[in-house]
Amino acid sequence: MGLTNEIIKNRLTEKFGEQLTEWAVPYELLTFTAPADMNLKVMQFLFDEEELRFRFLTDLTAVHYPERKNEELCIVYHLHNLVDNIRLRLKVHVPVEKPDVFTATLLFSGANWMERETYDFFGVNFIGHPNLIRILNVDEMDYFPMRKEYEMEDPTRRDKDDEMFGR
Amino acid sequence: MRPVQYNTKVKMVELPEGYSGAGFHATSFDKVVGLARKNSLWPLPFATSCCGIEFMATMASNYDLGRFGSERMGFTPRQCDMLLVAGTIAKKMGPILRQVYLQMAEPRWVIAIGACASSGGIFDSYPVLQGIDQVIPVDVYVPGCPPRPEGIIDGILKLQDLVQNESLRRRNSAPYKALLESYGIQ
Repeated sequence: MGLTNEIIKNRLTEKFGEQLTEWAVPYELLTFTAPADMNLKVMQFLFDEEELRFRFLTDLTAVHYPERKNEELCIVYHLHNLVDNIRLRLKVHVPVEKPDVFTATLLFSGANWMERETYDFFGVNFIGHPNLIRILNVDEMDYFPMRKEYEMEDPTRRDKDDEMFGR
Repeated sequence: MRPVQYNTKVKMVELPEGYSGAGFHATSFDKVVGLARKNSLWPLPFATSCCGIEFMATMASNYDLGRFGSERMGFTPRQCDMLLVAGTIAKKMGPILRQVYLQMAEPRWVIAIGACASSGGIFDSYPVLQGIDQVIPVDVYVPGCPPRPEGIIDGILKLQDLVQNESLRRRNSAPYKALLESYGIQ
């Protein structure tokens, strides 16, 4: 019997217990939430375990939930077990006033640019990142575009008439 | 030499008006220079996205752009007179586009191909430059998303009209200098 979501969940709960919450399996992808300061410990455990072997970071991004007070920004890690072909989603919630998360670059080198992009668009501060600067936007930009409090249209545009465009 | 058998209907450029005689033709200098410049515009394609593909189609054999004199596409700004900006220009790309424009030698012309280069197109958003005329002066705008190759050819023909009728002193004149000043280009 190969590795299944049930086995992964059991191994994680026997190691970390009640700290991992919000278990869900949307579209057969095991998803759970960890506290903000435990993200590296969880990922290291998933990396080192011979039975679990989650040694590939597929994606690192963030979501802004403005209605979850005190944990608005959610950093999402997608991990992949290349040998058994199992995927996993780990979510970490941080407040928007102090969005600090430990960097995963020591564990996965591919997290370097992905964390820069997450900083560029959401303002998440990755502690310990070697070069946390803007990667896709203009360097002089002083806001974080993907947070939900900004309008999507270009704010510096002068020729867009409000009455012509129905606002 | 074998005489031309099939391609006998070759179009020639018409002679500008002037006084001609046996073996000579006297016209004014700006007419000749205008004629020479207009029929040998070397394009610099600055193709960023989809309009670049339409530009490739324009240069290919079906809608040939080479028949108007644009046969040689140098991809270096130092050797080209016409900058064809085709595609969406992001705000991060703006200074690079300006640098390419600055490296071109006078006389130089700019065509903005497509909706994104003219005005930002459908991408009215924070990363997209809303029209390249915020960074460089533009001569011809070709609308379309993407414009058909016939549209791009029409734009180049209009530029040829501009080039033919341009005064030789234009690049040193005060309004042109004021235009470049407004873009911050010396």
